[in-house]
Amino acid sequence: MIFYIVLIFFLLLLMIGAAVYSIVQKDLLYAVIGTGLISLVLSILFLLLQAPDVALTEAAIGVALTTIIFIITIRNTVRTEGETYTAKPLKKDAK
Amino acid sequence: MKMKKILVISLLAVFGVYLAEALFQLDFGRQFFQQGVKDFYLVTTPTKLQVANVVTAIVVNFRGFDTLGEVTVLFLATTAMASVLYKGRHQLGERAVLFSGSRIVTTGSQLLFPAIILLGAYVFIHGHLTPGGGFQGGVIIATGFLLMLMAYADYSVSHIALSVVESLAGITFATIGLFGMVYGGSFLADFLPNGTLNNLLSGGVIPIIYIAVGFKVGAELTGLIYTALNEKD
Repeated sequence: MIFYIVLIFFLLLLMIGAAVYSIVQKDLLYAVIGTGLISLVLSILFLLLQAPDVALTEAAIGVALTTIIFIITIRNTVRTEGETYTAKPLKKDAK
Repeated sequence: MKMKKILVISLLAVFGVYLAEALFQLDFGRQFFQQGVKDFYLVTTPTKLQVANVVTAIVVNFRGFDTLGEVTVLFLATTAMASVLYKGRHQLGERAVLFSGSRIVTTGSQLLFPAIILLGAYVFIHGHLTPGGGFQGGVIIATGFLLMLMAYADYSVSHIALSVVESLAGITFATIGLFGMVYGGSFLADFLPNGTLNNLLSGGVIPIIYIAVGFKVGAELTGLIYTALNEKD
């Protein structure tokens, strides 16, 4: 029982650490990996708290899909915080 | 400008006060809180409905209309994203992934892809028996397609096939609801025989609806990822 409580507190601290890291980090790619880590730890917590279906959803959506969509967005805009994104002029249709 | 802001805030405050007053006067659900609605669900689900997974029974049977609304919300979100990002068929060849992965990555993805699809199908077919269900299974299937799209630069999914699968699944869900209206008396009523507990063919309409939801969510999210990956400025 004491091991269980210690494990849950360790996971909670890991989540808080990952959240602080992803806020502080200026490189947005690392920040997105930090949010993915939050979701991963959260899904383990859901499993420990006996909600396996919520854990499945969190693992699939939070870790995989959200992270990938953020990475695609970063790839199409800018990577570091503070940099300003200037959109390229649209290509005109060849007609 | 400042006058306008003050006006808006005061209007919102008045609206909020009246809304709160109206909500506090409602007696909605109070008698169920006292009785304990959880006991009703936990007792009724295995005995009357013959469903092993109580969460699934609540989501699809007791709250089936809400699930239809959720599916609609997801459909609207993916449609909006596709309409923003989709740039016409002649530019679909351009992919944000410019080159295929190394041989280890491609071979590993080919090995993992059928296993991931099988896991997703297992999760949504056994939604009424084990944890999970249509949404979870669909998302797992979408991550399988995501793996292939990231590993191969020239891997393509047919948009037409995706929209056909999605529409058929949505039509199945709504048709089951209408059948429930005809045979059971209300929309999405359980009109099929319930079977015995822990069998694959049990739980009335739950397996059919969850298979439809699994196909729908999988097709929608795969299409979303594919459109986003093909978007290139």
